[in-house]
Amino acid sequence: MSKLNIKNLIKSFPSMDRPAVNNVNLDIESGELVAFLGPSGCGKTTILKMITGLFQPDSGDIILDEQSLLKIPTEKRGVVMVFQNYLLFPYMNVNENVGFALKMKGVDKNIIDQKVKEMLELVKLPDIGLRKPKQLSGGQQQRVALARALISNPRILLLDEPLSNLDAHLRDEMRDLIVTIQQKLKVTTIFVTHDQEEAVLLADKIALIFDGELQNFTSPKNYYEKPKNIKAAKFFGGVNFINAKKHNDNLSTNIGTIHYKGENYTDLNEDNIITIRPENIKLSKNNDFNNNSFKGLIKSVIFSGTHTRYKIIVNDLELECSLQSVGLQDIKTDDTIYVHLPSDKIWAMNE
Amino acid sequence: MNNNLKKINIYAIYLGAIILILPLIAFFINAFSFRWFYPQVIPKELSLQAWVRLKLIPKPGQRTFEGFIDLWASNPAVIKALLNSLSIGFLVTIVSIIIALPAARVLGLLNFRFKKLIIFIMVSPTILPPIAFVLGLNINFISWGFSGNYFGVCLVHLVPIMPYVVLTMTGIFANYNPDFEHQARTLGANKTRTFLLITLPAIAPGMVVAALFAFLVSWSQYLLTFLIGAGKVMTLPLLVFSTASSGNPALTAAISIIFIFPAILILFFTSKFVSGESGATSGFGKI
Repeated sequence: MSKLNIKNLIKSFPSMDRPAVNNVNLDIESGELVAFLGPSGCGKTTILKMITGLFQPDSGDIILDEQSLLKIPTEKRGVVMVFQNYLLFPYMNVNENVGFALKMKGVDKNIIDQKVKEMLELVKLPDIGLRKPKQLSGGQQQRVALARALISNPRILLLDEPLSNLDAHLRDEMRDLIVTIQQKLKVTTIFVTHDQEEAVLLADKIALIFDGELQNFTSPKNYYEKPKNIKAAKFFGGVNFINAKKHNDNLSTNIGTIHYKGENYTDLNEDNIITIRPENIKLSKNNDFNNNSFKGLIKSVIFSGTHTRYKIIVNDLELECSLQSVGLQDIKTDDTIYVHLPSDKIWAMNE
Repeated sequence: MNNNLKKINIYAIYLGAIILILPLIAFFINAFSFRWFYPQVIPKELSLQAWVRLKLIPKPGQRTFEGFIDLWASNPAVIKALLNSLSIGFLVTIVSIIIALPAARVLGLLNFRFKKLIIFIMVSPTILPPIAFVLGLNINFISWGFSGNYFGVCLVHLVPIMPYVVLTMTGIFANYNPDFEHQARTLGANKTRTFLLITLPAIAPGMVVAALFAFLVSWSQYLLTFLIGAGKVMTLPLLVFSTASSGNPALTAAISIIFIFPAILILFFTSKFVSGESGATSGFGKI
């Protein structure tokens, strides 16, 4: 149960022309499961390595439970990292691997044996204690690595791409296991991923990082409904962006005035951008909407199973709309259509 | 590979082994014979005379337990040289590995400018004739007081040894994943324990191979010991050469056996690391 604050963290490498981590601020509450999400090379693993102490930041601070970690050596931080390729020690068997952290603490051997057994049961691998790591499958290695990390009750658990080396079916299983264990032990957990879906499924909160800069830190739901900027919206599948200007408590665009109910209206700049998820747009052949309704032309219809995607041209602006295929109106290419952007579903951003 | 080719390969290996072993057999016969000359296929008379002259076996009539102890306690030249060679070999091996460890780690794990040049300079003693540098080195060693003593000989042995040790150990680190150390650190191991429990087991097989090279290069070193030791530090190779020039084949054979025996023993115990089947030069690579 530990709370982590990252303050103005900066780290540069001589081989890179921009800082690998640029002025990142994050407050992670106790017991939260947080994802660091971003494309590879965006600096997310660098932040993890600074939390463990394998890298020293150029400036900024990392504070765990009101105490700066920077001066504390790696082994005394109580921060355990599970690396992407598991890194089970090849010369030790599974029991020795899992018990490693307790052995380093000088815990009595009987207690270690008992605790190792508990941990292996927790990750659902009770009978493999005497095997060597190379005799295990990838999924088993991953679970042993998790057990080894959790045995010493770490204050922070760090997982580097925990699911990326697993097959699709193992991935689901492992994801459930991570969530179950994390909720059971309530250990503050950060995991790194480049997979947006993985982050959404697992995390309480997602920190989106591009080029070393934190773009947004909020719940997965907000990334879909209330993204902070275009980059964040696009990373989560946002496709509809409309340039807008503030005008009489509403937003004026080149397709017409859009009524806006978002709570951030006062924070918006004069020039801003409206976004709406494709699944929130409504279509109708007759103009049976009160406001935020615009006349357009269907450019294409793509059937993709449960959903059907439409591309609609409204005044030179292309919008994408995705509707459930069940009970659909008969809409074809080149039909004239009315597009409704529900005012409680649109969201405006500054950039 | 088809079967015939396989057979030829196996025969070739046997042939090579025979070529290597035949002279050794001749050595053994020679060492225990008396006046074995050309037309004779086998010696006329077996004898321990050579060993008696080397003061390793007492004269006939004194071959009791006490006789052996008394003779060896008189500190014959062969035993003195043997102990010198062994102690110099072990010392130089240990020192070379301690020096090579950080160098090999940097060369194996990191890429930096002039890396190739640095490797070239480091390997240069193996392509340079020893006489070329040892004469110059000797002048310095004399003025520093290293000439003609044990310390100076150890120091000069490091010159031909370091390239082998550094290169062998660089090979281990090229396949080494330092993340294992980071992992151990986050699990609560301090730097010392990380080295002992994680790094050392990974590099140990390669270190054995490097140590083997180091010891054998030092063991067979003649010229450098001769020039820097100035005749005051007697090692086995010096004794072998001086005996060989005396022209007594039995004596030369006997002392040669003493010279090659430890080397064969060491090779025998480390051969499993040298063959490609172990992870000797693979670090964590072959897991």
